[in-house]
Amino acid sequence: MSAEQQYAVELKNLSFQRGDREIFKNIDICIPRGKVTGIMGPSGCGKTTLLRLIGAQLRPSKGEVWVNGLNLPSLSRSELFDMRKQMGVLFQSGALFTDLDVFENVAFPLRVHTQLPDEMIRDIVLMKLQAVGLRGALELMPDELSGGMKRRVALARAIALDPQILMYDEPFVGQDPIAMGVLVRLIRLLSDALGITSIVVSHDLAETASIADYIYLVGDTKVLGQGTPDELMNSDDPRVRQFMQGIPDGPVPFHYPAAGYRDDLLGGR
Amino acid sequence: MQNRTLEIGVGLFLLAGLLALLLLALRVSGLTVGSSDTYKVYAHFENIAGLTVRARVTMAGVTIGKVTAIDLDRDTYTGRVTLLLDNSVDNLPADSTASILTAGLLGEKYIGISVGGDEEVLVDGSTIYDTQSSLVLEDLIGKFLLNSVNKDEAN
Amino acid sequence: MRKTSTLERIRLFGRAGIDAVATLGRATVFLVRALFGRSGAGNPLQLLIKQLYSIGVMSLAIIVVSGVFIGMVLSLQGFNILSDYGSEQAVGQMVALTLLRELGPVVTALLFAGRAGSALTAEIGNMKSTEQLSSLEMIGVDPLKYIVAPRLWAGFISMPLLAVIFSVVGIWGGAMVAIDWLGVYEGSFWANMQNSVSFREDVLNGVIKSIVFGFVVTWIAVFQGYDCEPTSEGISRATTKTVVYASLAVLGLDFILTALMFGDF
Repeated sequence: MSAEQQYAVELKNLSFQRGDREIFKNIDICIPRGKVTGIMGPSGCGKTTLLRLIGAQLRPSKGEVWVNGLNLPSLSRSELFDMRKQMGVLFQSGALFTDLDVFENVAFPLRVHTQLPDEMIRDIVLMKLQAVGLRGALELMPDELSGGMKRRVALARAIALDPQILMYDEPFVGQDPIAMGVLVRLIRLLSDALGITSIVVSHDLAETASIADYIYLVGDTKVLGQGTPDELMNSDDPRVRQFMQGIPDGPVPFHYPAAGYRDDLLGGR
Repeated sequence: MQNRTLEIGVGLFLLAGLLALLLLALRVSGLTVGSSDTYKVYAHFENIAGLTVRARVTMAGVTIGKVTAIDLDRDTYTGRVTLLLDNSVDNLPADSTASILTAGLLGEKYIGISVGGDEEVLVDGSTIYDTQSSLVLEDLIGKFLLNSVNKDEAN
Repeated sequence: MRKTSTLERIRLFGRAGIDAVATLGRATVFLVRALFGRSGAGNPLQLLIKQLYSIGVMSLAIIVVSGVFIGMVLSLQGFNILSDYGSEQAVGQMVALTLLRELGPVVTALLFAGRAGSALTAEIGNMKSTEQLSSLEMIGVDPLKYIVAPRLWAGFISMPLLAVIFSVVGIWGGAMVAIDWLGVYEGSFWANMQNSVSFREDVLNGVIKSIVFGFVVTWIAVFQGYDCEPTSEGISRATTKTVVYASLAVLGLDFILTALMFGDF
């Protein structure tokens, strides 16, 4: 019971494969409640897949995904939809509904899941937009917003229902330094002020290290390392060091596997 | 505001579709609503060749009904044709003649009714006895040939 | 370069077969889930009206214009041939029957696949690639119900209406050419048509055809969008597939339906 209190999300002995390719093999990850947890790794190692597994949009090939004491793979389709009300996700592209304006986008989860009167919905939406600093933009359409603003509106939408768990999919990709700074501050603020469990999936080292309480480093179907940012920075594990310090060649080779260079050049004759 | 135009547009679309269906029913296929204002009359023909269901029934060139069924009478070996006539024409004498006619040389077959002189009139379910069968081209040619042969022999 | 053995070819053929069956299965599950199951978020009527507008009303212009021209051409061509036999007055019946039985449902379905079907695929594919579908799912709204179902129903409803409108404007265009231009006597034009067209046999069978076509085209379009690879190439491939598959399905089904309805078996 205490473990359940301590961890909001637990992946136990989880494997996932897409076609013949193994993405994860027997990994264990525990996300502590009320903290910011970073999940880092090289591009294409399945970080986004991990988020989809936690959100139960994908079903693991093997293993368990526990969220708030429920094992997701065992739930029915409608139970899953209910469970997802406790989760918010900030997608990489923001994923705002293009045919609704900013206000309706943020109001959408409220309209769907609550019977609140219109004035109250309006108040809540204004509060959420105020929190991300975009209360003035409420009548704009998504294609009138910059990339950073889109992500902030999406963040306001993700927290509209006051979720317990908030997941960020590559929140820092393609952002200018100002927008990046705003997002970093918002993520930290939401976690500290509201006690939301945050999961940040990213490969941006500096930003993730600056806000995460705990970091998992995944890659090559496994968890390569875990710990606080400082612990990982000073890790002796060569794979962890290569990623944390950005060394071009190492355990993750610079060259795609190939036959000998010399043989290849001479072999053509 | 935007919703309103949307709804009006959809409303007009649905209306146009239903109106089109109605037009097809009434104007194009000549569907008449209800069958209470018609009555049924039977006619036996020796040969109905070429007459089809839904052919017109006319009198003096005016359409007054249509053929609704054609079947073989097992007892008399004649073709029994069921005619559905307009109730507005309820004064047809019982000895009227029904003949199968052709519109143009190769046109469709239809039934023409010519008036008799009887006091009694045709009512629902009655039968027209005086009929003229369809003109069959092969029979006609056959008769013509036979006639000319006979003439030759007489000479 | 590389030589594929016979066995390898047989394997690839088997693989293609398995893929085809799997896709068909996925499409069926997709359809059943979208049409049945627990109701989605939002006011379903409101969602339906919005889709009826973008699928039905927006396709109206192309349907009406094509219908008028096709009716006019039919009338011209029919008149030329029929006048050789001295039966010009039968042009009305020819135009009406051709439109009601065949061209109305088929051409409308082909135009519908090109206009509304491709748009549906692209729209849903785009929603998928911008993660709007995932986002809906994570908000706890089933995209099958919220996005897919209203579009399916709107397609099912729009297509027969469009086909009927197509036939009517086609007949009107044909009548215009025959009566006003070619000088067919108006009375015999309509009378001939009314005598030969049966509401149940011709009009209703045409409507049934268009309902079937609407169902198939919309299903293919929406499924291709939902099942596409969420990249720009994936979306454009899916859009092409929609038009090709939907057109082939319409033409193939048309033959089967015609044989069942008008053939003597």
